[in-house]
Amino acid sequence: MGKRLGYEGIAVTAPFSTPYQRYSIETAHWWIARALRGSLRAAGLKPADLDGLSVSSFTLFPDTAVGLTQHLGLVPRWLDHIPMGGASGVVALRRAARAVQAGDADFVACVAGDTNHIDSFRNMLSSFSRFAQDASYPYGYGGPNANFALMTDRYMQEFGATREDFGRICVAQRENALKNPNAVMKKQLTLEQYLSARPIADPIALFDCVMPCAGSECFLVMSVEEATRRNLPFATIGSTIERHNAHAEDPIQLRGGWTLDIDELYEMADCTPDDIDLLQTYDDYPVISMMQMEDLGFCDKGSGPEFVRTRNLTVTGDFPHNTSGGQLSAGQAGAAGGFIGLVEALRQVQGVAGGTQVKDASKALVSGFGMINYDRGVCTSAAILKSGVSA
Amino acid sequence: MTPPLRPPSKKDPQKRTKPPLRPPEARSRAALGLTAAAAEGRFALQVCEECATVQYPPRDACKACLSTDLVWRDQSSSGTLLAETTVRTSTKLYFRERMPWRMGSVRLDVGPVILCHLHGDCRRDDKVTILNRLDAAGQGVLLAVPAERTDNMDDDPQLRALSADPKHRRILITDLRNPNTPALAGALLDAGAATVFLGESESWRPHANRSTLAELENVEILPLDVTDTASVEKLAGEIGGKTDILINNARFMRPGGALDRGDTAFAREEMDVNYLGPMRLAQAFGPGMCSRTGDGVNSAAAWVNILSVHALSNAPEYGCFTASNAAAYSLSQSLRGEFRTSGLRVMNVFTGPTDDDWYQELPPPKVAPNALARAVVAGLKQGLEDVWCGDVANEIRERWRRDPKVLERELTQGVEGA
Repeated sequence: MGKRLGYEGIAVTAPFSTPYQRYSIETAHWWIARALRGSLRAAGLKPADLDGLSVSSFTLFPDTAVGLTQHLGLVPRWLDHIPMGGASGVVALRRAARAVQAGDADFVACVAGDTNHIDSFRNMLSSFSRFAQDASYPYGYGGPNANFALMTDRYMQEFGATREDFGRICVAQRENALKNPNAVMKKQLTLEQYLSARPIADPIALFDCVMPCAGSECFLVMSVEEATRRNLPFATIGSTIERHNAHAEDPIQLRGGWTLDIDELYEMADCTPDDIDLLQTYDDYPVISMMQMEDLGFCDKGSGPEFVRTRNLTVTGDFPHNTSGGQLSAGQAGAAGGFIGLVEALRQVQGVAGGTQVKDASKALVSGFGMINYDRGVCTSAAILKSGVSA
Repeated sequence: MTPPLRPPSKKDPQKRTKPPLRPPEARSRAALGLTAAAAEGRFALQVCEECATVQYPPRDACKACLSTDLVWRDQSSSGTLLAETTVRTSTKLYFRERMPWRMGSVRLDVGPVILCHLHGDCRRDDKVTILNRLDAAGQGVLLAVPAERTDNMDDDPQLRALSADPKHRRILITDLRNPNTPALAGALLDAGAATVFLGESESWRPHANRSTLAELENVEILPLDVTDTASVEKLAGEIGGKTDILINNARFMRPGGALDRGDTAFAREEMDVNYLGPMRLAQAFGPGMCSRTGDGVNSAAAWVNILSVHALSNAPEYGCFTASNAAAYSLSQSLRGEFRTSGLRVMNVFTGPTDDDWYQELPPPKVAPNALARAVVAGLKQGLEDVWCGDVANEIRERWRRDPKVLERELTQGVEGA
């Protein structure tokens, strides 16, 4: 494999999160429009200035990004639709960056959003994937809860993790969420509450599960010159990776595709795990966050439990993790769940994260994980973001 | 250990009857291969004809070499339980009514990893055996059970949901006079049936079965003539609400094809009993049974037809009789469609010539009443759709699958030298 081109000259800017709601009577179109407008306003751009659009959403049906262009009155010359769920944020970023580098577009908006009607989650499950339809959901219809229960069960066996270990991740994220006024979860969570919560799919209990909600996230990709000309704070991209269907031979998922590309991720960004100021993992269940800490090189495989016992994962701790509360405490807004960590990381390295700001944050690692197509997540992605110009 | 299944207490009419719900029914066309194997109680997976890779979940191209030449083949059903969970909440109403629900992840000895239902006696890292059974949606699903039999194993609620086990159920056999009725009733009672109702037509006509069966405990003889709509409706009015399994063994047969007979009198009777009989029974008993498929331990579970295997391809020595069986077979397929939303199973037991008076002219092998009874009970316990009873039935099935036209030509050979 030849050396890949870097992301020199690319600015990532105007992060915007529409405050989430547990249930919404609006549509995905409405939520996407809100976030898109938020980012455009932050950058002082008009919709007509936008010539690139990348969309991630589960609840747009029957529309895709194509229908959105007409719906929202956009005229992009570069259009993308990314069906990768939790991995979609980083994938949107890396594709948009290449489009701008190549001159295929000057201003790309990467947006993700979903609504959550009373019945949305059930409907999404029923048509999620062919393998899930044929070979997963007929078995108790536990949805992702059941898949992650099996992974967690095996992980605990293999590596001696306990429920307390997973609880540490959830409790720390809740502490972070209390500093984020937009988080859906507003109450403190103690380890005792975590441990005594209602069982959902053993060994998973209530606070291991994300709460589906409605929301949207957006950011813009443009050249450093354009960002500078507009006086925008921005981040730069150290490196990115993406991988699908890795380790298919593993009988059960105890590692993700990150492991195949991790060396290159750090090499390209010219840094090591020690240089990372904060980590945003994809966290629909704590076991997958623990695996990311291992697979992204912060600790060895199997030592995730020990790692979370010895580190403080809060905003003010020695290993700030999912600083906005992550999905576990801020809510899972469908495909926006694949953007929440990235958009928060952009705020962090630009120094505009407000109450959740990590002191002197200049390098952030964001990783994505998505699409339980059958028995495991198929898509993985990761990016290292650096401070460009701070606010 | 599985606790033994207790007989249900008397039904309280003030309480809600669980409605007929189904687990998810949607499947890709490829996945229906699993259902087809489950209909006969086989565990089969797709295998690549080019590189021999065993595949799961079902798919359209080989995951190892991209060949599209995938065929379903019976496989070793042995594996190891990698992980287990007990699902306690689900958005699907069928499972919500039945929580908690165990499922697991099993590595098969033949390679693939499957997600499956999990018998209560299986523990992580155990060796397990995979059963491929039809669920209440009529789809093939996989269940891991202990590799060695355990106490009361068949009483596990998730295993029982994939069967029409006669235990604690009330069963109607429609024709007391059929020579196979004593064996059927005996086998069902041995399997734990709570009550066996026996339909008797023209009770003034004496016959041997009555005296043997009238003595038995938990057997009730009731008037039923499947050619008489009023009689069928009357019995349905009496016991339709407590018929959990209906076995239609009413049969009228005479030898010969169309030219052997001077008129259509016998053919009318054959159609009246063998084709319109099950239709009358379905119209009278079907709706009630369909409404009771979620009704606890003694829920309505199955509809059983006993058919000549020549329903698939006519045997001219009994040409007109087998024509009426072909009609009954086709009706059974219609009933499957009509019962589908309720989860009521339709099991067809295809048999070769049975060892009774009207088949005396044929040479052996023949199906003895006890063999037929064993096949019916085994089929119910495994929740099968298609049961092939005896050597003749199995041979005809194989020949029919290989080439229906070749089989037809061989069965209609004619007489040498005429």
